[in-house]
Amino acid sequence: MSTRPSLSTLRLVWLYPDLLSTYGDRGNLQVLAYRAIGRGIDVDIVEVTSDKHMPTEGDIYLIGGGEDGPQALAADRLRADGSLPRAVNKGAVIFSVCAGYQIMGTSFMAKGEQHAGLGLLDIHSQRGDKRAVGELAGQIDPRLHVPTLTGFENHGGRTFIGPNAAPLAKVTHGIGNDGTTEGAWAGRIMGTYLHGPALARNPLLADLLLSWVTGSQLVPLDDTWPTALRNERLAAVNPKQLPPDANNAMELM
Amino acid sequence: MTNLSPRARLATALLRTAATLSRVSGRGDGSVIGGRVGLKVEPRLLALLAENRQVALISGTNGKTTTTRFTAAALGALGPVATNSFGANMPTGHTTALAKAPEASNAVLEVDEHYLAQLLLESKPRVVALLNLSRDQLDRAMEVGMLAEKWRTALTAHPDVHVIANADDPMVTWAAQAVPRVTWVAGGQRWQEDSWACPECGKRLDRYGEYWRCTNCGLTRPSPQWSVDGDQVVDPTGQRATLSLQLPGQVNRNNAATALAIAAEFGVPLTEAVPQLSKVRSIAGRYAVVRRDGRRARLLLAKNPAGWLEAFDMLDPGVPVTLCLNAREVDGYDTSWIYDVDYSPVLGRQVLVTGDRRFDLAVRLQVNGIDFTVVDNFAAALRAAPEGNVEVIANYTAFQDIRSEFDRVN
Ligand SMILES: [Zn+2]
Repeated sequence: MSTRPSLSTLRLVWLYPDLLSTYGDRGNLQVLAYRAIGRGIDVDIVEVTSDKHMPTEGDIYLIGGGEDGPQALAADRLRADGSLPRAVNKGAVIFSVCAGYQIMGTSFMAKGEQHAGLGLLDIHSQRGDKRAVGELAGQIDPRLHVPTLTGFENHGGRTFIGPNAAPLAKVTHGIGNDGTTEGAWAGRIMGTYLHGPALARNPLLADLLLSWVTGSQLVPLDDTWPTALRNERLAAVNPKQLPPDANNAMELM
Repeated sequence: MTNLSPRARLATALLRTAATLSRVSGRGDGSVIGGRVGLKVEPRLLALLAENRQVALISGTNGKTTTTRFTAAALGALGPVATNSFGANMPTGHTTALAKAPEASNAVLEVDEHYLAQLLLESKPRVVALLNLSRDQLDRAMEVGMLAEKWRTALTAHPDVHVIANADDPMVTWAAQAVPRVTWVAGGQRWQEDSWACPECGKRLDRYGEYWRCTNCGLTRPSPQWSVDGDQVVDPTGQRATLSLQLPGQVNRNNAATALAIAAEFGVPLTEAVPQLSKVRSIAGRYAVVRRDGRRARLLLAKNPAGWLEAFDMLDPGVPVTLCLNAREVDGYDTSWIYDVDYSPVLGRQVLVTGDRRFDLAVRLQVNGIDFTVVDNFAAALRAAPEGNVEVIANYTAFQDIRSEFDRVN
């Protein structure tokens, strides 16, 4: 796969904000842009609404969560457009969330019917018996060298991972795909159920995606605030690890 | 009221006692507990108390408390008004509001969006005002499209009710069109992220300024009979009246227009209604100014992305702003929505950040390119600001925490 070692402008493509843009997933775009600019990389953001053709020259494609109707519509449009698989063949990175994550798989359920996905990730999704809502934490696949995954999930899906994809994380708190694993990845395609948004809560995951494009390690940023946020959220799901004063703070919440 | 059955009378008496006890023991204003007691004794109490009164219901994601207060003030020109002025906007609160004002022949009730169907059934309103629908408390509330559908279904069962609706909101328009008689108000829609798609057919809506339409099925913005032009409100006959509101922001001028449209339906002339609105200064702490150590902090409540956008529009230029974010049960546990808000309107002023979830806000502001200072609590935020005016934007429980520091300021 190609990388762009002399990268001067990062091309971020935000897919279908008109259909899939609930739960603050736009934040993933903002975080990637912020973290690229912090490394001296210019950013070119393209927002593609569902009535437009998408460019195939993007470096990172983002797609977010949404309701059943828009999800089915987005899958239809993406399949009709046909550009996303072409972009993947050129080495593009995809970061997909919730409804968008399910669309990357072979099939998903929306409004009680099975819909075909793009088949870019070897996963398929079903309805769960109850909605998964709340904080999630998990240990990210060690091959990715990214610390603990944290985020907020709110979905009714259950996702099953085939042999050609790997779970993004092992769940230690929350439900994720099935109560055991959360998200999936293969090559440069990644998906997760997490909002929060996911990349705001997991800045080094954002850096991983960026490094897939640049092909090199990135210089660290001052992550005082993301670190404070992560520590607070991870402590909230695992109070045993709290120092004593933080325990008092929890009671006030 | 005079025709109440002995059981309903007993229920009303018990309700008032319970409400008073709860109030004097410092557990809120007692509306919820009182209503609960009354409805236990007489489950039809709300319907019985609403009988023989002219009822106006007001619902929507944002602005319903303010619009209810404006409307109650305007109808005050006709005599006493029963109203749930503490924002207790579920049936327990409505029952209490009616029980506490037996002499009032008019009632103005703020209704939680999810309870509109029940209130239509039980209070048999003369008028229903629908303000807006947008994302709110995402981890538990119904999503916007489903809520619009629920409203539309509820209204379909009550074709005689007169609806006053915001023509600028496609979701509201579609729901309101379930009844034949609608008065349209240009109620504004700063937040449009929840109405990209046509609620009727799901296709993309076209927008040209405030005008919107669906090229697929023909759903179109109705021409409003009431509108706001600068600081003037224009009624269906073209008559203009200058608003001199104490409450800030374009959104409150729009809320005033809706209140005036309701008042007109109740027979209050525009010229009599408008001065009544100027008497409203603050509502359950919203827009109130609290003072401490030379700081005058104005409190703005903003519970969701649309509300934060409206709050930014109210900020006095250059004044420091404190942003307070919690994520307790009533706020919704998911803070992701802060990424749906563009914070650049606060650029160029001192920004202080606090609340249980201040770190979420800190990360958000950082990627928005805004300088900020994180402080542990509201008291520290005030200390960090220079003497003089401070603006405060807080979501629900953060707002209530601040109010309780200042004797539940109204
Ligand atoms: Zn349509």
